[in-house]
Amino acid sequence: MTAIPPTPSSYCLLPAPLPPEQDCRGFIHSVETCGTVDGPGLRFVIFVQGCPLRCLYCHNPDSRNSEDGKEVSVEALINEIQHYASYIRPPGGVTVSGGEPLMQPQFVREIFRRCRELGIHTALDTSGYTQLETAIAVLEFTDLVLLDIKSFDPTLYERVTHVSLEPTLAFVRHLEAIHKPTWIRFVLVPGLTDDPQNIAALAQFVGTLSNVERVEVLPFHKMGEYKWNMLGLDYALKETPPPTPEQIQQVTEIFQRSRCNRDSSPNSGVLTTGSRASRSLDGM
Amino acid sequence: MSTVMSPVATTEAKSFTGFTGAPVNVGWAGFKPGAWTQEINVQDFIQRNYTPYAGNANFLSAASDRTQTLWGQVLELMQAERENGILDVDTQVPTGITAHAPGYLNRELEQIVGLQTDRPLKRAIMPLGGIRVVESGLKAYGYELDPQTRETFTKYRKTHNDGVFDAYTREMRLARHSGIITGLPDSYGRGRIIGDYRRVALYGVDRLIEDKKAQQTSLEVDVIDEAVIQQREEISEQIRALLELKAMAASYGFELGRPASTGQEAVQWTYFAYLAAVKEQNGAAMSLGRVSTFLDIYFERDLRNGTATEASLQELIDHFVMKLRMVRFLRTPDYNALFSGDPTWVTESIGGMGADGRTLVTKTSFRFLQTLYTLGAAPEPNLTVLWSEALPAPFKQFCAQVSADTSSVQYENDDLMRPFWGDDYAIACCVSAMRVGKQMQFFGARVNLAKCLLYAINGGKDEKSGEQIAPAFAPVTGDYLDHAEVMTKFKQMVAWLAKTYVNTLNVIHYMHDKYCYERIEMALHDRDILRTMACGIAGLSVVTDALSAIQFAQVKVIRNEQGLAVDYEIDGDFPKYGNNDDQVDQIAIELVELFMDEIRKHKTYRNAVPTQSVLTITSNVVYGKKTGNTPDGRKAGEPFAPGANPMHGRDTKGAIASLASVSKLPYQHAQDGISNTFSIVPTALGKTEGDRIDNLVQMLDGYFHDHGHHLNVNVLSRETLLDAMDHPEQYPQLTIRVSGYAVNFIKLTREQQLDVINRTFHEQF
Repeated sequence: MTAIPPTPSSYCLLPAPLPPEQDCRGFIHSVETCGTVDGPGLRFVIFVQGCPLRCLYCHNPDSRNSEDGKEVSVEALINEIQHYASYIRPPGGVTVSGGEPLMQPQFVREIFRRCRELGIHTALDTSGYTQLETAIAVLEFTDLVLLDIKSFDPTLYERVTHVSLEPTLAFVRHLEAIHKPTWIRFVLVPGLTDDPQNIAALAQFVGTLSNVERVEVLPFHKMGEYKWNMLGLDYALKETPPPTPEQIQQVTEIFQRSRCNRDSSPNSGVLTTGSRASRSLDGM
Repeated sequence: MSTVMSPVATTEAKSFTGFTGAPVNVGWAGFKPGAWTQEINVQDFIQRNYTPYAGNANFLSAASDRTQTLWGQVLELMQAERENGILDVDTQVPTGITAHAPGYLNRELEQIVGLQTDRPLKRAIMPLGGIRVVESGLKAYGYELDPQTRETFTKYRKTHNDGVFDAYTREMRLARHSGIITGLPDSYGRGRIIGDYRRVALYGVDRLIEDKKAQQTSLEVDVIDEAVIQQREEISEQIRALLELKAMAASYGFELGRPASTGQEAVQWTYFAYLAAVKEQNGAAMSLGRVSTFLDIYFERDLRNGTATEASLQELIDHFVMKLRMVRFLRTPDYNALFSGDPTWVTESIGGMGADGRTLVTKTSFRFLQTLYTLGAAPEPNLTVLWSEALPAPFKQFCAQVSADTSSVQYENDDLMRPFWGDDYAIACCVSAMRVGKQMQFFGARVNLAKCLLYAINGGKDEKSGEQIAPAFAPVTGDYLDHAEVMTKFKQMVAWLAKTYVNTLNVIHYMHDKYCYERIEMALHDRDILRTMACGIAGLSVVTDALSAIQFAQVKVIRNEQGLAVDYEIDGDFPKYGNNDDQVDQIAIELVELFMDEIRKHKTYRNAVPTQSVLTITSNVVYGKKTGNTPDGRKAGEPFAPGANPMHGRDTKGAIASLASVSKLPYQHAQDGISNTFSIVPTALGKTEGDRIDNLVQMLDGYFHDHGHHLNVNVLSRETLLDAMDHPEQYPQLTIRVSGYAVNFIKLTREQQLDVINRTFHEQF
């Protein structure tokens, strides 16, 4: 628990000064051409570089420092995205994940603006930890928000992420106010985020949000552990097991109960109100 | 015709007359007449009579009790077969349409009957391809060829194999021996010919014989040259084969002279026609064609007449498919190692769109796919969905679901092929499209393009043996590979290879026509057909990456004491095929065009139109074993990527980038097909089952929209495969798709199993 790097003071809530629009560039970690788990359909996923959170279970610790990324222009990314136009037709599209996309709002806004022009669906995968004015600029061209709420208990939130919960709550209230389609994601970490009361409180809160289309309970996994080792960081969750299917099921049911009258796929850790995932397609 | 006319023509049927002017038979009652009533024209019959289906899979029936009992029996027989290598074989009687007495699985229960020999899974010997292969096949499983049969085929009757080796040149023998040209059908049946088996059901054998006789008469022309003589002799053989087909069916108690009059008869007639083909020919691929929508017309009529139920129709298809899964040939263990198990490529093409814009999907398209549930997953028949973006959405969803559940389906781009082949083509083997009954191919296996590059560097010497195989062109002598120099030498070597290859195929197919002619399959073709000379290449991604390394990085040559280049050191990075990077994907495109253009320069037997495939099936493992170190960094002995796939682990930008690279390969220069195998773990395809199905559909739509030709889809976890390696007995039906084909995973060699597991499993998050 001791070796978690402190959040650098430079990671304030205010983003760096915006670059001029005509030369919009940003830092990315990598892209994935076959995204199937970050938003609907097939998605071109851009993992941006830089994140103000220091989550204990982070599986992309190599995308934390803004300086480590690869600098690319929006123009180059849009060019590349267009190579995949046939695959990412709706409901698919482009997802910007990270890292924390809202660390580079101008860059992400410009990517989404260009995608919109091309009729490509846009999804923002974020923790919501940002100044609201920053987020609003990006949301203008965002079709769907994938919002990761790591905990509803502020103390636990800070323990998990090393930052405050409040900006995320402000963000989520704003999303509801503007009726922005949103998927809530919750990472279930045994022994860390699995306190039933915490989950119930989060579920109850989410149940009140009319703009939430889907809730995903993501099981903690250790696939990022090797990256911590490579970066010389101490991984605090070495001894933590991934949740069992039963645990996922229990948590899913908690969310389900607070979202009655809504469809669900109880075995997948996914609740949804959309028609897509609610189809029953059990194997024959 | 009069002998086969039904005396009970219905009122409906009386509204038109048959081709001979006589009242129409009961087999056609209720069908809309058209050109097909006047001439042999199954496509026209289908177009006028089929019922497109745009609904979902909810109408389907489960396996009947009879089906379950029968299939249980088959599984037991297959288990015994796996333990013994083969279950039984006739060591004496050479195969033929009427060579064996009728055989049954369980006469009380079977709704569709007919076996290749008198007992289930008992193999026949097919010596016309080559007697040596028969002998070694028998010996491998502890059997001895009957001495008299051996005498017949060594002393009195020459085989295809003997003919080929009488005519092979020294150069051809060398190229074959070194493995730069490989898999040639010179000792076994060439296959990849699809008889239009539907014709037997629609017209009855008598009408087909009548038509063939008319063809003979039409060939009584002024100049009886070699081509006419050959054709006249072939048609006579075809007529003989049709008579044998009729006799074979009669031994099972069916009168095949007349058209089928019910759904059950239509299936039985079609199956008998196919059965005659697999009784007669041990072809490398014995594909079925495109029968589902044809049969659906009969099924719909039965449903209208109240003489069938959904359950009874599913049972017919189940029993038909069960028989197709039991097709067996006697082959050597070597052959099986190359192609993984007992491949027969009973390919059935399903779906697609009609030229008029209506979908060719019918309820029976679903019923065929449903057999993967009623009978469980299996490699055969090789179910091939002809994908169009315009297919009904519920059918697409069902296909994706079947793929996710069984990994037993392959997909080919109907929107790409239809403009080339019309709307009644079928896939032979894995990826070879041909108009049913109007086109055949001279199967040419493939050349090893990676070896060709090494020969260019080494001046025609084999990199493993040091033997001079190709002409002694000047080798590369510098310490580093210079791109321009390598390209010049490579093109020179490709030109030599293409010439030698086409000449070799000419010999093979001349002899195959002469000694091992496909009488019954060709009897179910038109008189004048399109022939293609189906060449092929293996190692495309190896050569592409090698040329990219030579162009964009520094490749140092390591030579042995004899001065032979045997290894390469690459300094620097280079773009790799499979990442949707035009710099290197363009190299792959140019390679496909280059080889095709060289092939096109040569005269082919019977003026066949040259084509090529980018396909390896599982032989990518064997080709890799026989090929030394290559300048792309691949080590000697390591497998090639299958078909047109990027090399293992080099496609690092995700599955879609990999698909996008392959879809750039130009089909017009590879009309025999471009095979791509896609394996993904279920969780990487989406979080819920609904997501996984939607995403798979979207992926197929994207790939085919961008002109990808073929895609195998495996949805499997690495853990399942590892467990199946350790506990094969628990996975008797575990099926996976390999290049153009599906195999029983547990029948693969250990090397092939590891290759499949190591191959890029797309599981990025």
